[in-house]
Amino acid sequence: MEAKTEILVIGTNAPILATVLRLLNTNVLWNATGVSSPEEAISKSKGTNYSVFLIGAGLTDAEEAGLSAEIKLIRPSIHVIPHYGGGSGLLFAEIYLALGTSNQAQ
Amino acid sequence: MAQTVLHKAATRGGADHGWLKSFHSFSFSSYFNPERVHFGALRVLNDDTVDGGKGFGEHPHDNMEIISIPLEGALVHKDSMGNVATIERGEIQMMSAGTGIYHAENNKDNSDPVKFLQIWIFPNKRNVEPRYDQKKIDLDAKPNQLVQVLSPNPDDDGVWIYQDAWFNMGKLETNNTVDYTIHKKGNGAYIFVLDGDIEVNGQLLNKRDGFGIWDTDGFSISAHTAAEFLIMDVPMEY
Repeated sequence: MEAKTEILVIGTNAPILATVLRLLNTNVLWNATGVSSPEEAISKSKGTNYSVFLIGAGLTDAEEAGLSAEIKLIRPSIHVIPHYGGGSGLLFAEIYLALGTSNQAQ
Repeated sequence: MAQTVLHKAATRGGADHGWLKSFHSFSFSSYFNPERVHFGALRVLNDDTVDGGKGFGEHPHDNMEIISIPLEGALVHKDSMGNVATIERGEIQMMSAGTGIYHAENNKDNSDPVKFLQIWIFPNKRNVEPRYDQKKIDLDAKPNQLVQVLSPNPDDDGVWIYQDAWFNMGKLETNNTVDYTIHKKGNGAYIFVLDGDIEVNGQLLNKRDGFGIWDTDGFSISAHTAAEFLIMDVPMEY
């Protein structure tokens, strides 16, 4: 059985984060986990081999930059990309682009 | 020398959800084409038709500038900022999603479809306070001229957004020409034909074709037939 692509999502807006996670996990090949703070993101990334780190709204530019750098240090091959909310028709396309795949199983 | 990209109408991605028929000029939802993800800061150009009595239920966005331009019919807009508005042909609507908004867009009419463009631009500033605006567009008041409908400047014509982008619309009669100057160094323009046949930089464009042009100071648009079009002048690096 093919291993799922692990996706870590950070967002401080709880309803939007929940929507994003629900949408991502409709894809049977993905497993998305949500966090609401940089500390939690760093802790989670140490324990799981995430392929994608999605950054939602709510962090300052400095927090985003610092967190991205730290996550890349822990997981050098991780793709760090922004997302634009759970209603975003971009959510899947941005992940396919980052992973270099057009696998659209959902 | 100017660089260009041509997206013929028939090569766009398409989605038929029954109540919603959409053509995507760039990758969106289940349409993914790595060769067509964006044109500079222009990320989404959807050409949507929504059945009577239907619409997009409440859903969230963040950190995106979202512009809607009705082409036929009217939409009822509701959002988490408390805005309730109707937007119809002859108007432009914008939202800065910023730190996060929820909104719904529904066809105002219970029987006739509404047709509109949905355009998303990457912002130049993240996590701003969400905002909403809509403005009138009167192309008939300026025949054979360009009408600015969007800019980065609150005091300028049209709505404004958090990006160095300018939108102009034009309605040309047959054999008329207008010149367009790119607003900012490093910007390019994506021309989308709403109706009729036009020529840009020697390229003939038909209804719903898209044409991007950059590394140039400007270009001319000539109407082969009566035509209506939208010019989206956006940063190529953002």
